[in-house]
Amino acid sequence: MSTETIVETESTNNDDTARTPVLEVTDLTVTFPGMNNNPDVKAVRGVSYAVHAGEVLGIVGESGSGKSVSSMAAMGLLPEHAEITGSVRLHGEEILGKKDTEMARKRGKVISMVFQDPLSGLTPVYTVGDQLAEAFLVHNPKAGKDKAHARAVELLSLVGIPNPEARYRSFPHEFSGGMRQRVMIAMAMANDPDVIICDEPTTALDVTIQAQILDLLRTAQRETGAAIVMITHDLGVVAGFVDRLLVMYAGRPVEIGSVDEIYYGSRMPYTMGLLGAVPRMDLEDQGALVPIKGNPPSLTDLPPGCPFAPRCPIARPECDEAEPELLTIGSRASEADADQDENTDAQRVACVRSAEIEANGWTAQDIYPVPEIPEPARAAGDRESLPEVLRVQDLIKHHPLMKGAVFRRRVGTVSAVDGIDFDIREGETLALVGESGCGKSSTLMEIMSLERPQRGSVEVMGREVGTLSRSERFGLRRDMQIVFQDPMSSLDPRMPVFDIIAEPLRTHKVPAREVTERVYELIGLVGLNIEHVTRFPAEFSGGQRQRIGIARALALEPKLLVLDEPVSALDVSIQAGVINLLEELQAKLGLAYLFVAHDLSVVRHIADRVAVMYLGKIVEIGDTKSIYTRPSHPYTQALLSAIPVPDPERERTRTHIVLEGDLPSPANPPSGCSFRTRCQKFITLSESDQEQCMSVEPEIRPTNGGDQGSACHFAERRSDLV
Amino acid sequence: MSTVTETTSDAPTAPPAPNRFKDIARQLIETRRVIVGIVILALLILFAFLGPVISPWGVGERDYTALLQGISPDHWFGTNRTGQDIFTQTTAGLQKSLLIGLLVALISTAMAAVIGAFAGYFGGFTDKALTWIADLALVLPNFVILAILSRHFVGNGGWLILVILLAVFSWMVTSKMVRGLTISLREREYIHAARFMGVPPHKIIFRHILPNMSSLLIADATIMVSTAIIGETALSYFGLGVQSPDISLGVVIADGASFATTAPWVFIFPTVLLVLLVLAVNMIGDGLRDALDPNAKSRRS
Repeated sequence: MSTETIVETESTNNDDTARTPVLEVTDLTVTFPGMNNNPDVKAVRGVSYAVHAGEVLGIVGESGSGKSVSSMAAMGLLPEHAEITGSVRLHGEEILGKKDTEMARKRGKVISMVFQDPLSGLTPVYTVGDQLAEAFLVHNPKAGKDKAHARAVELLSLVGIPNPEARYRSFPHEFSGGMRQRVMIAMAMANDPDVIICDEPTTALDVTIQAQILDLLRTAQRETGAAIVMITHDLGVVAGFVDRLLVMYAGRPVEIGSVDEIYYGSRMPYTMGLLGAVPRMDLEDQGALVPIKGNPPSLTDLPPGCPFAPRCPIARPECDEAEPELLTIGSRASEADADQDENTDAQRVACVRSAEIEANGWTAQDIYPVPEIPEPARAAGDRESLPEVLRVQDLIKHHPLMKGAVFRRRVGTVSAVDGIDFDIREGETLALVGESGCGKSSTLMEIMSLERPQRGSVEVMGREVGTLSRSERFGLRRDMQIVFQDPMSSLDPRMPVFDIIAEPLRTHKVPAREVTERVYELIGLVGLNIEHVTRFPAEFSGGQRQRIGIARALALEPKLLVLDEPVSALDVSIQAGVINLLEELQAKLGLAYLFVAHDLSVVRHIADRVAVMYLGKIVEIGDTKSIYTRPSHPYTQALLSAIPVPDPERERTRTHIVLEGDLPSPANPPSGCSFRTRCQKFITLSESDQEQCMSVEPEIRPTNGGDQGSACHFAERRSDLV
Repeated sequence: MSTVTETTSDAPTAPPAPNRFKDIARQLIETRRVIVGIVILALLILFAFLGPVISPWGVGERDYTALLQGISPDHWFGTNRTGQDIFTQTTAGLQKSLLIGLLVALISTAMAAVIGAFAGYFGGFTDKALTWIADLALVLPNFVILAILSRHFVGNGGWLILVILLAVFSWMVTSKMVRGLTISLREREYIHAARFMGVPPHKIIFRHILPNMSSLLIADATIMVSTAIIGETALSYFGLGVQSPDISLGVVIADGASFATTAPWVFIFPTVLLVLLVLAVNMIGDGLRDALDPNAKSRRS
């Protein structure tokens, strides 16, 4: 039954591939009317694209650029009150304005969607298999339960869920995030749709899982022959995955073309800035990132001209007059119509100066003012001579697992942090990287609490924290401050900015007059305006809020700043500004950073040294350059290889090491080397060597000479990676 | 805007620190609902305290020539069946009801907030002990206890004991809500940030946790005002509430309830005053909630 459908769809696809695109969106606009005298939100303002069978179209843009809304509109999933105009044609058939019941017959069968958040995509009270079977039954009501069951099992095995027959009866909470996303993809594939829209399918996942999912999507496309619309903000993900790319800004497409055209020959300042703002994992010395100043415009109150003009470094007066059309490079509006009909696949750009950019061959570095970041003034080479600001030795954090309501008893231990050692010297940045659940944040919390650890020791400024008295501990807090990941929840929403930044000063009894002065000084230091102080955090954008968080952390002039994923919640263009700010502050104030991140590209850009964590242990530590060019631990190698590089050429030629499975539970880690269950190297070893991995826990031993050390029995020198 | 450019040019003499309470006060005054609420409440207070003074009749005094009589120049709100002047009764009753309603709301909400927040923030033994106390208070037969203690409500300041008892029996449910909210707020990053900069726990609770649940607390307090007045009314109906010679709105309403259809003035005037009181409190509460909530503000502007 199912195989027949595949054959059928493929044959029909082959017939009209050349003529009608599978999905064609023309002039789509979406407006959310404002309630209670609020202005209308023009979320999408004229989007057109077409996807042919077997083609992958990428839509990139920052948050609020309308990329998700436009695809939701195509699926007919927007709320009733949204005003949608334009046309969406599926196989040439207009589907905009169809009734919901009619659309329901299309959704899942002809067009399907993979959502961003796999945690909320599945109903928690039904088994995974039943939900999959339902997706199949809904469109094949006559198929019968047995067929649906068989199809569900087949799909589960297709998306790489081990032991599908048994897993059919699992509930969603028994699956990890990556596995749930696999199920979501299986569901999207259930009826062999012609178009699959993926809305940030890997954003919520770790890099190694992301690599698995991207692999799977490629398989899904091959299996179903479907067209894929890939919506993402990550320029790395799309580079190696899509054929054509659409860049959106403020609800409008600003550039469209093939991946290579966009990556190597972008003619739109916004795209150029976006590409320049991405930290690169594969470049050794990238220099300062290109920040795009300002924030995306509010969609309620757009200026008449080009929406990017206020942030554009090469804006001219005529940019503010009218919004530029999406045209092939160099053509004028009058000649555009004829031109467009002939050649719809050519690169098209919405910028009045595109011809000029083309002629001069400008790049992001040419048009954007790149900030000068002063080199930190410290002696190179002999880090041993610098004073230590933080030393962690054999730190352990175990959470007891309790069971029973009345008589609670300990049934196990979760080893969140399991014996780690590192030190940070003055003015240095150590990055702690690893997947979620590897114990990065627990480590930070242990350090920041300044309590005596369960085992091991934490020394701040050469002082052992376990021996401190209450007032000494309070005093030591001046020297170390933290910046959190989520700028939404790291600032008290009920406090104006002034009070937020003043809080550490007031807590540490700084006289009121100095507090005021210092707050204004800090506001300037992080690049905010003085008029902002009376506002509340909700009135700021994510990047500005993160700057407020940094100002608060700097208030007491700490020597060590702990950064807990400070840029992972920010858009690329904003992220570049914050990274530059952090680098500038470090050089200016001689700060030491403990930088926790899962984004290895950012880490390469900012860190001096890197420690890679896996299941509560550090598996490899060393200076950034050695780690990135000569990773010796298999896990580090896999991590580095899993990261997509925003460079289509390179991305196509790279081979990814795709790790098997998920992170094991920290409550029940594997014996011996905890990484062996997923290790790509373990499989290749001889039996006696495998025995060693299974029984003996490896310790960190220096490898490759110098600063680098790795916890692997069979660590190797490698230079061919990356 | 102009001041900003000025101050940036000579950085050291930055503008003074903004005063948050002034902002909130201004915000409150700019909201019309709050003004209306405050005016009504002020008028009610004025009415309650001036009424008995300007009335020619005493609180318990009976006019045997006018039993259950309508509005007249002698009796502005009429009289009840024992010839007591409704105007005097109502205003004097309003006095006590205002005090009872506002005080009970204040005390019980404050207790709920503090106990719930401490239990939720500290967890462990503190949590267990405080939750146990709350559970105990919930299962106590409050009506019986009030009945037993009702003879203490007589005389000077007796109503204060009633206020405290009413408050003591009404904080538990809210405190459980507060505790739950605190547990979820405790893990927010700004609470961590405050802890890591060395802010002591009690300050974190009063500075960060309680303000962030002010919507709940204000809503609870406004509801509590009417609940307290009505609760006192119910007690008075059984003779367990405010004891004579003290009089409350509840006593007057309970007295007049049976005449609501035949002699409406006995019932209508005190009821209208009660409704007005609750309305005013609700308006002020609403405005206060909006003034304290920066999100609500930016949505409106």
